[in-house]
Amino acid sequence: MTERTVRGQVAVAGVGESAYYKRGQSPEPEIKLGLHAILAACEDAGISPKEIDGFCSFSDDRNDPTRLAAALGVPELRLSVMQWGGGGGGTAGAIGNAAASIHAGYADVVVVYRALAQGQFGRFGQGAPVPHVQGDRALSVPYGLMSPAQMFAMKVVRFMHDHEIDGETLRAISMASYHHAQNNPRAVMYGRPLTEEKYDSSRWIIEPHFHLYDCCMENDGAAAMVLVSAERAKDLAKQPVYLLGAAQGSGHRAGAGAHNATDYGSSNFTTLVPHLYEQARVKPSDIDVAQVYENFTGGVLMTMIEHGICSAEQANDFFQLENLLAPSGKFPLNTSGGNLAECYVHGMGLQVEAVRQLRGESVNQVADAKVALAAAGPMVSPVSTCIYGTEEVL
Amino acid sequence: MDIAPVPRPRPQPEEPLNQQFWELCQTGWLHIQRCTGCGGWRHLPRYQCAHCGSMQWEWAISTGKGSLFSWTIVHQPMHPGFASETPYAAVVIELEEGVRMVSMLRGLPLDALRLGLPLELGFERQEDGFLLPVCRPVDTP
Repeated sequence: MTERTVRGQVAVAGVGESAYYKRGQSPEPEIKLGLHAILAACEDAGISPKEIDGFCSFSDDRNDPTRLAAALGVPELRLSVMQWGGGGGGTAGAIGNAAASIHAGYADVVVVYRALAQGQFGRFGQGAPVPHVQGDRALSVPYGLMSPAQMFAMKVVRFMHDHEIDGETLRAISMASYHHAQNNPRAVMYGRPLTEEKYDSSRWIIEPHFHLYDCCMENDGAAAMVLVSAERAKDLAKQPVYLLGAAQGSGHRAGAGAHNATDYGSSNFTTLVPHLYEQARVKPSDIDVAQVYENFTGGVLMTMIEHGICSAEQANDFFQLENLLAPSGKFPLNTSGGNLAECYVHGMGLQVEAVRQLRGESVNQVADAKVALAAAGPMVSPVSTCIYGTEEVL
Repeated sequence: MDIAPVPRPRPQPEEPLNQQFWELCQTGWLHIQRCTGCGGWRHLPRYQCAHCGSMQWEWAISTGKGSLFSWTIVHQPMHPGFASETPYAAVVIELEEGVRMVSMLRGLPLDALRLGLPLELGFERQEDGFLLPVCRPVDTP
């Protein structure tokens, strides 16, 4: 029997994004931001938008493939796939779904996208001032526990306590994103560096562990990635970046709202990580650069430990700012500025940055990067991760 | 000018098991589901036992005793009904029966929160008469 894998079978042909704005600042409607991102990714790939025949997204994106296909003049829509789950847990899952669909022959040119104008459609992480609550939220909201920051902080408290990890690790994660954003003119926080003093004196959003600068921004923006078969990618404008592995899922009772998850102090990656590395045929030590979704810095810490990038016991030494910086840190992290400082498009920008690193196009380039990991939003269910590689590692 | 306080959100689950949980809270006793197949306790309320697969279960009274499993202090209220109490602690208590539930903390300064602290659930009557399970350190009046 032949091996069932997408490893090396599918390549990223193009990446792109809209202009990035603070929440409410976009002069254009959300769907237009999405179209800008898709057109930019097509131009980057040297592919006509009319060649797109598949669309994949996540987080209940409002801009459905039928509308986008009509706007782009797509003659035949062959694939429209939504990854279940709210928040940013599905970014890499959507890319994996696109790759599997291409490999299976369902479609040939698939775009993965996320368009999010929080200024136009309400904000993530806000509890509506409603008089009544329904569903499982009825078991937490009456106690004043309602936002993602509040829910996730409980997991981080448990994890950091169980593993004796210091709060300074989270400051280093936050400062790495802000540091990298200072070289990135696309970043919303470009020109707004973060110091230790500024971090330490920033207000609590949730205590302990989540200062203002531990939390992602709220933005208007869109990002997109065009995927094709490895064979097709050979003829395109840019050097192909190959998908080595994509995995999604979560463990026993991992629902983010349910405080009875078996593995409570967790980013929920523990079950998928073995599948990811097995598929990608790489080890954590092979990863040259990582983009790890920061909804909150505590999630980054748990995600990296659960991906085996460092052990929980090493965390206090590993998460030092100098280790996390491109170009020469031990493990460059979130080299575009990520969700904290570039733009919060539910992690799609992090996937785009992983591709740019492997092409040598990053604004904070890591020398000779061959393998890049890009993890989607932690602590929700399901979560997902992609590993990309250059031709050399195939 | 006095501004009427915004009422806090109350549970109004559309799902029968969650409704029963809250109705039973109004008796002043904490009821948790127990599987009659294997005897396992479970929360959140569900129709099937994840352990043995049985769909037979009963509401059983919990001792309400447990310990602090996790906590967070809310500085930015996401609902105006909680603004007057901010900052406040939301907690996860692990009950003796082995299940966890979210609650609010009473009777302890916020800087005294420690994981593993023995806690006990009791009921606090809200302004509208609703009985809400809250937890206190053991032996606190």
